[in-house]
Amino acid sequence: MEETPHNCPGTGSAQAGRGTACQGCPNQRLCASGAGEGPDPAIEEIKEKMKTVKHKILVLSGKGGVGKSTFSAHLAHALAEDENTQVALLDIDICGPSIPKIMGLEGEQVHQSGSGWSPVFLEDNLGVMSVGFLLSSPDDAVIWRGPKKNGMIKQFLRDVDWGEVDYLIVDTPPGTSDEHLSVVQYLAAARIDGAVIITTPQEVSLQDVRKEISFCHKVKLPIIGVVENMSGFVCPKCKKESQIFPPTTGGAEAMCQDLKIPLLGKVPLDPHIGKSCDEGRSFLVDTPDSPATVAYRSIIQRIQEYCSLHRPEERTSLVPE
Amino acid sequence: AEPGNLAGVRHIILILSGKGGVGKSTISTELALALRHAGKKVGILDVDLCGPSIPRMLQAQGRAVHQCDSGWVPVFVDQEQKVSLMSVGFLLEKPDEAVVWRGPKKNALIKQFVSDVAWGQLDYLVVDTPPGTSDEHMAAVEALRPYSPLGAIVVTTPQAVSVGDVRRELTFCRKTGLRVIGIVENMSGFVCPHCTECTNVFSRGGGEELARHAGVPFLGSVPLDPKLTRSLEEGRDFIQEFPHSPAFHALSAIAQKVLETPAQLS
Repeated sequence: MEETPHNCPGTGSAQAGRGTACQGCPNQRLCASGAGEGPDPAIEEIKEKMKTVKHKILVLSGKGGVGKSTFSAHLAHALAEDENTQVALLDIDICGPSIPKIMGLEGEQVHQSGSGWSPVFLEDNLGVMSVGFLLSSPDDAVIWRGPKKNGMIKQFLRDVDWGEVDYLIVDTPPGTSDEHLSVVQYLAAARIDGAVIITTPQEVSLQDVRKEISFCHKVKLPIIGVVENMSGFVCPKCKKESQIFPPTTGGAEAMCQDLKIPLLGKVPLDPHIGKSCDEGRSFLVDTPDSPATVAYRSIIQRIQEYCSLHRPEERTSLVPE
Repeated sequence: AEPGNLAGVRHIILILSGKGGVGKSTISTELALALRHAGKKVGILDVDLCGPSIPRMLQAQGRAVHQCDSGWVPVFVDQEQKVSLMSVGFLLEKPDEAVVWRGPKKNALIKQFVSDVAWGQLDYLVVDTPPGTSDEHMAAVEALRPYSPLGAIVVTTPQAVSVGDVRRELTFCRKTGLRVIGIVENMSGFVCPHCTECTNVFSRGGGEELARHAGVPFLGSVPLDPKLTRSLEEGRDFIQEFPHSPAFHALSAIAQKVLETPAQLS
């Protein structure tokens, strides 16, 4: 599988690597140098690197601010509660890297060793990598165009020494652009278990999420299921429920039924979630009795079940053309 | 004055945030409506290529876009033709189709959008952007630079995770020479419709503190109001329908501050 840019002139053509459509494609340099037919050697290198990673899960949404990073972080926390499970959390949101803050690792720096970059370990069995760790100040802006972002993602996948990992969780930025194409392309040979798609109930989110689902189909990325976040709010004073983000078109439930995709669960809005994230703590641990925590745990269980049932090695190979 | 399709536009405002989902498109739309209610002629340019939300917010989804000699004709969203809109949403054949483009192609489209839309005479052009500090933002700032934008309104929510990203956006503004008109803190508290208790669903205080830390004006806090969310979902005019909503007061105050912001001296 290769997601070629629109109007790709073809790897064998005289315009290979030189056309305007070629800019930003990971194969551009290769094509321009006349090495024509082969894919980016990094794809094979990453395949090798990923041999020690059992399960790979992408957390996606078309929409911003629905809770991808919150979900990714807490998926990592929950899986790592079993000290025999090795978990890796990779944040490929280059412009808005939230994971260091949510994991309570702000200010940590990354170290290089002979075997590559070492992730920042929150626990012995929970390693984290983010561009946030490479920035020296919280005010530093990463003002990069697509090709440079792609290069960073390639490095994250190829040069980070993750070691033996049971679950690699990849948190993504909103949208369907460079970062998403790159992570799918670079992991093409390594096989991704699937994507968890996060949304909120209202149509303005679902609108973008449908596009993300269409992107997944286009690049043949299996979808584990959809999580509807911020699904209802219970007033701490009167305990009555309100819909802050009303599901005017039926919410994720209707969309999932329509598109025949599993709805993994609905998570209500709990003000403690934001607080825990701001303070870099797991809200699953902070507020174990919250309905939000219960919902999260049930969703995470379903994801674990999916991963153990769908072992990547048994799927048909998706060899790049 | 610079020639071209933006020559008739008096003031250009960019709506930015480092963070996704804080309400850029909402604020862009509501600001445009508030300026219209203040008697201004307003255009909205939606350069969020992956997630163009604005057509639906103004009940304009599926509208056809026509070309004239000077370029694309923006779509009028009201009877009086005081609010016009251009969005990549109008160019998609199927609304669920994903725009899966890499940076360079996005840059090219944004340059076109900025220069090839026949806006005519406008008092304000509000430019809505996707989250981040990448291709779309650089392309938009570069393409708009010759027209001396009034500046950027930067949107955040109260919590630290948002503020963390928005600080980087402020650096982007500084580095690209874009003046920050001010910061808007959105989703600032939710008033329970049953008992009127206000809960800080997404924490509190971050926006005002950020404005203080960064030395930029704080334009105001907009509370969470499901009536506003619903209006946007259904493409109705919130400003007209809910003048007693606390969100309305906040949005009007922000619009007033924009009306009072003087153009920068060249």
